[in-house]
Amino acid sequence: MLKFKSFLVNSGNQNPTMTQEELLEQIYKKDGKAFTALYDMYSKSLYGVIYNLIKDKEESEDVLQEVFVKIWKNIDSYNESKGRFFTWILNIARNSSIDRLRSKSHNNSLKNLSADNFVHILDHNTSVTNKIDAIGIREFINKLKPKCIKLIDLLFFKGYTQQEASDELEIPLGTVKTQNRNCISELRNILQVQ
Amino acid sequence: MNTEEYITSGTLEFYVFGLLSEAENREVKQLADKDETIQAEILSIEKAVINLSYSVAPHLSAANYEKIRQQLIEKHSGVVQMEPKRGMNPYMGWAAAVILTFGLAYQYYQNTEATKEIQSATAKTSKFEQLVASLEQKNTETEKALAVVRDNATSIINLAGQEIAPQAYAKVYLNRNKKEIYVDLAGLPTPPDGKVYQIWALKLDPLTPTSIGVIADKNANSGIFRVDNNDGAEAFGITLEPAGGSKSPTLEQLYTLGKV
Repeated sequence: MLKFKSFLVNSGNQNPTMTQEELLEQIYKKDGKAFTALYDMYSKSLYGVIYNLIKDKEESEDVLQEVFVKIWKNIDSYNESKGRFFTWILNIARNSSIDRLRSKSHNNSLKNLSADNFVHILDHNTSVTNKIDAIGIREFINKLKPKCIKLIDLLFFKGYTQQEASDELEIPLGTVKTQNRNCISELRNILQVQ
Repeated sequence: MNTEEYITSGTLEFYVFGLLSEAENREVKQLADKDETIQAEILSIEKAVINLSYSVAPHLSAANYEKIRQQLIEKHSGVVQMEPKRGMNPYMGWAAAVILTFGLAYQYYQNTEATKEIQSATAKTSKFEQLVASLEQKNTETEKALAVVRDNATSIINLAGQEIAPQAYAKVYLNRNKKEIYVDLAGLPTPPDGKVYQIWALKLDPLTPTSIGVIADKNANSGIFRVDNNDGAEAFGITLEPAGGSKSPTLEQLYTLGKV
């Protein structure tokens, strides 16, 4: 179990030596390595978010490409008063995925997607190299309460509003934020992120 | 609300998830700048969800990075529009579409008007350019004529009015050095339609006329025209002839005549 924990914590942060501020400084200086750093730090996390919505590897890679092109071209419009840099790119990833789903007029509506969540991604992940990891990660994530998996899935992965999540999960509107807070705290305990 | 209460409210998680309004975002940012505990909390929440999404992502092929790089190189000049934030009133989209449609229609109208203006301006410019060119040409001709008139070596021959038009007169400017001859027809009446003035160089013994020019519009060039040189001319005469001129002068229509 400890092995999996360290895997998650270390590999999850793709470039643990760099902070958001250091990355932005590189980007603003138009440093040639900035794009590579940006990609290394966030590509896989965004891919996770995109895949959770799109559910198709090739299509998700396509959206991920689109997202990075958008991030890079609009980078001047980001400023820290708007929120965390990760939040900004997370929004671009979610919006691009949702747009792709709409434009393809996928049979699955967004509401239907909510029946599925990020845990199920692991089931679809059949490549041999990932299988072992997937099992480990799944064990981990399953330590989260089912309610938390749903809540994090809707709010973080799918960008539902407080109201939408409250309707979907049939929990009181006023408790969405605090319940989510408790779930994230639980996640941080599991991942040992203090 | 103290720091502890603020943290447990769950607002910071929403901040990282991107679910707050712009005003709320600014507020959180201000608090985080002042309070290290809040800043640290935000970083921890962010780290946890980055780890989570990283962990559930399927294998990402290495070729993906190269594809993005390629796209950025190819399309770097373009501007990509940002998507609107999800979770807005669904009618907003339609409202935006309607506004956009009217906006586009208006833009199209403006564009058409602007194009028309440009076309009209271009036509005007072209007219002016032609005018300038023609004025420049006229000016050059006038200057040349003036140079001949002023030249010390130029002799001026006055052609006096004849029977048919006693009031008429004309002048010939003859420059033997430059071998140039100009005539000034200002003193001749405007010819009737279909008629032109023809200029003759004459040798007197025996009387031999040689045509040195036909002037279709005597009022052009301020009435001063360069005609063909004629070395041995002893006199000059001007007759009225049918359009295009005649082989030999119609003596009944001799308007002016003068000896060198």
